Amino acid sequence: MPLWLFSFLAVLAVISALGVILQRNPVHCLLGLAVNLLDIGVVFIGLGAVTVGFLQIIVYVGAIMVLFLFVIWLLNLQAEGFGGYLGVRFFGAVGAAALAAELAVMFWHAAPISRLVAAPTPPGSITSLGRSLFSDYLIAFEVTSVLLLTAIVGAIGLARRLPSSTDLAERSATGQTSLRSASSTIERREQIPGPIPARVDSGQGRDRRIA
Amino acid sequence: MLIEFVIGALKAIVIVFLALSLAGVLLWFERKGAALIQDRIGANRAAVLGVGRRLGLPNLGLVNTLMADPLKLFTKEDFVPEGADHFLHGLAPFLALFPILITFAVVPMGDTLRIGSRTINLQASHLDVAALYVLAAIGIGVYGLALGGWASNNRWSLLGGIRASAQMISYELALGLAFLSVVVTYGTLDLQQICQIQGGVWFGWLPRWGILVQPVSFLLLLTAGMAESKRVPFDVPEAESELVAGYFTEYSGGKQAVFMMTDFAEVVLAAVLVTLFFFGGWQVPWLYHDGFHFPGPHGAFLQLPNYAVAILQIGSFWAKTVLFCAFQILVRWTLPRFRYDQLMQFGWKGLVPVGLLNLIVTALVVVLVGAKY
Repeated sequence: MPLWLFSFLAVLAVISALGVILQRNPVHCLLGLAVNLLDIGVVFIGLGAVTVGFLQIIVYVGAIMVLFLFVIWLLNLQAEGFGGYLGVRFFGAVGAAALAAELAVMFWHAAPISRLVAAPTPPGSITSLGRSLFSDYLIAFEVTSVLLLTAIVGAIGLARRLPSSTDLAERSATGQTSLRSASSTIERREQIPGPIPARVDSGQGRDRRIA
Repeated sequence: MLIEFVIGALKAIVIVFLALSLAGVLLWFERKGAALIQDRIGANRAAVLGVGRRLGLPNLGLVNTLMADPLKLFTKEDFVPEGADHFLHGLAPFLALFPILITFAVVPMGDTLRIGSRTINLQASHLDVAALYVLAAIGIGVYGLALGGWASNNRWSLLGGIRASAQMISYELALGLAFLSVVVTYGTLDLQQICQIQGGVWFGWLPRWGILVQPVSFLLLLTAGMAESKRVPFDVPEAESELVAGYFTEYSGGKQAVFMMTDFAEVVLAAVLVTLFFFGGWQVPWLYHDGFHFPGPHGAFLQLPNYAVAILQIGSFWAKTVLFCAFQILVRWTLPRFRYDQLMQFGWKGLVPVGLLNLIVTALVVVLVGAKY
């Protein structure tokens, strides 16, 4: 990757990262984060890790950021000013200070940039990636996949609406057996509006007028 | 050096120009096709100085579809509703179109063209992991619709945007599974190599096209690709009977035209992917780099120069693409719209399990038989 391209991407990454924390509107912040992740993906590609770069774009920009967007819409988050709980701000300040200190130490011990050499790119990067995933890092890979599967099952379990005790009583009263039909009864009961008394009144009113 | 640069730029311009032109022509295709299906005449107004009528030619409506309509759209007032996010409202249509257009950079139109001592790969950009690149670009395409819906400050638009992003993410899963089965079959992510592998014949006469080994994956890709283009029967994001026009309710003029163009570009992209993965891409049956080798007991041979082979390949590629575009238009005017829950169930409980099963079977066969296609 030529130096001018790297400089451009680096500056863009910093600007978009600042955009995430400095903007008020949550959707604008999210866009900043998406641009940042896309930018980092392009840096990966430019440095020779082509597969990892594209996977980063597919997973983070294409899926996770859209999920974030859904959450922002779902919670109806609005633009907000500075404020919040004192405890949150205190711990935020402590965390930021710790991160800044870590960054300073990193810079202090890092080699000068002129002495850095890019690692040689392995040929057929996706082949070597697959090979090392399924040989050297097999256990970590499998454990991660089991962890993800557990998370998915857990999310479905939390999202599923279980019938409460009154619904169960109603279900036994109506003789329904399957869980599916019970839950559909709940939905139906919520959707159908009750009888509207106003309609009866208006009917009487018309009768009176005719009389 | 300069020559290389010019060739690269030319290839990029030609493929994007062809894809966009096809997307534009599809608009006419759609109007006349719909008229044909619904037993109407269809677009037949407007002519340049009445030349066609004086010569006694039938008016095919080419002028009003391909010239008058775009002119009208791009000269209309560009309306931005009150309370809208001006920046994002303006950016969204282009954020939707751009990712679809850049996917064509890795689409191979032909094998190689030799001019003098120079060999040109008829692919704008050669990339080892082209299939991943296409998936990444399609994934980014969601933002334009979602943000366009959100930035319009309109409930219909927001609902349309939410529906569009949910639908595209859901069907990207099926698309990804179809891609994976194909990649496992061919053993490469390189689109040019995938086309080259599909050359040659089985049993002495049958072209080695991917459709014969991956029919399930073909159906998955075609269905998911059609769902990605958000047209009937998958058009719940813009269902006009429920949401006015969905995510582009508050768009007018040129920006609305760009959104419309995105839909057609996605139709072209789906057709291109189906062609590349399952119908040999630029392969012409029995055409090799030196000419036709016809099957049969006597095995006739017709020698062709390199440029003729290249032209035949490019023609073959675009003919197949247009055919699948036409098929999508046929489906669009045949099937009614899915209900929203039906759409989600079809994606998650229909296509995804089938895709997973197909992937497992493919992987098993590849491991047991050996990774030779």
